[in-house]
Amino acid sequence: MKARHKKLMLIGIALAGIGIIAALVLNAFQSNLVFFFSPTQVAQGEAPTGRAFRIGGLVEAGSVKRQPDGINVKFVVTDTAKSIPVVYQGILPDLFKEGKGVVAEGKLGSDGLFTASQVLAKHDENYMPPEAAHALEQAQKAQETIVK
Amino acid sequence: MAINLYYYASPATFYQLSGKLIPWFGWSAVILTVIGLYIGFFMAPTDFQQGEAYRIIFIHVPAAWMSMFIYLVMAFWGAIGLAFKTRLSFMMSRALAPTGALFTFIALWTGALWGKPMWGAWWVWDARLTSELILLFLYIGIMALWAAIDDPQRGDRAGALLTLVGAINVPIIYFSVKWWNTLHQGASVSLTKAPSMAKIMLIGMLVMAIAAWLYTIAVALYRVRTLILERERNTDWVKALVEK
Repeated sequence: MKARHKKLMLIGIALAGIGIIAALVLNAFQSNLVFFFSPTQVAQGEAPTGRAFRIGGLVEAGSVKRQPDGINVKFVVTDTAKSIPVVYQGILPDLFKEGKGVVAEGKLGSDGLFTASQVLAKHDENYMPPEAAHALEQAQKAQETIVK
Repeated sequence: MAINLYYYASPATFYQLSGKLIPWFGWSAVILTVIGLYIGFFMAPTDFQQGEAYRIIFIHVPAAWMSMFIYLVMAFWGAIGLAFKTRLSFMMSRALAPTGALFTFIALWTGALWGKPMWGAWWVWDARLTSELILLFLYIGIMALWAAIDDPQRGDRAGALLTLVGAINVPIIYFSVKWWNTLHQGASVSLTKAPSMAKIMLIGMLVMAIAAWLYTIAVALYRVRTLILERERNTDWVKALVEK
């Protein structure tokens, strides 16, 4: 074996070693690397108790209610299996919409109500003109009626 | 293969070759940037949910791609240099670093400008954003290491080693949105599935990405030429060049 091939192999082995170490470390910190917990995870007790964390999911359709005081807003975050009611005081991002993704940071009360200190909108990776989105929506509706 | 790669690995011949190539890469980068921006700002339609704000994608995504890709190329040249002791490989690696750092910075900066109106925050510590920030620190760290070691050969090896160790971060950045739940959305364009964006938007983004490639090649070659002159200053061919 030539010296340079030996060296190349050594580099390869070293890189593989670093890769394995990184995989193990990241695996160990798995729970700290997630940005938010889903309502199902919260229901299963995976979310930290007693300190602030983030929940993420979809804003349940028809659940957004501005409170009469004009400051607080209530909505429900759902992952279609479980859902958590959220109360928030502040400005909502433009993309905050019913049926769309949301991430809220705050504390879960003993009554099951999540008091958010920050609400972020999470959008998906789809980009298209409004007409295409409209057509897609129509097609989906048509499909649903056929299934029914 | 008819082309002898070792012939072009010699700094003297590479200096001549790259001098001829730079204008081609440079001008095509300029032309493609103009075309790409025109498609992005005037031809691509408004997005159904993000409105006009999504148009920052035409700069953000190509910059983010380049930030990761340049790092891998640097690591490749570093590994080649360590294994084959080719001087030019290390110089290529050094020449690419500033551009990689620039694109990383642009990706982070445009990401912040995009995040505020869409997500509602300039910055969040999710896995994608954090790992991209680490990439910027890696670039800066590698350049600082090179600058701190006076002996070029020792500096080359130390920098290459750090580059290789840091390469593990690139797959972490790329797959972060898959492995963990993040605020950052998943990839719109990847090798494994059909792109999830309108065709004209995709074309604009790809044209900008190619322009970023050409720009990177042009400036990297320019830097490599400077490095060659600096390191070969005691050779006859550089002296002859200066006297001309």
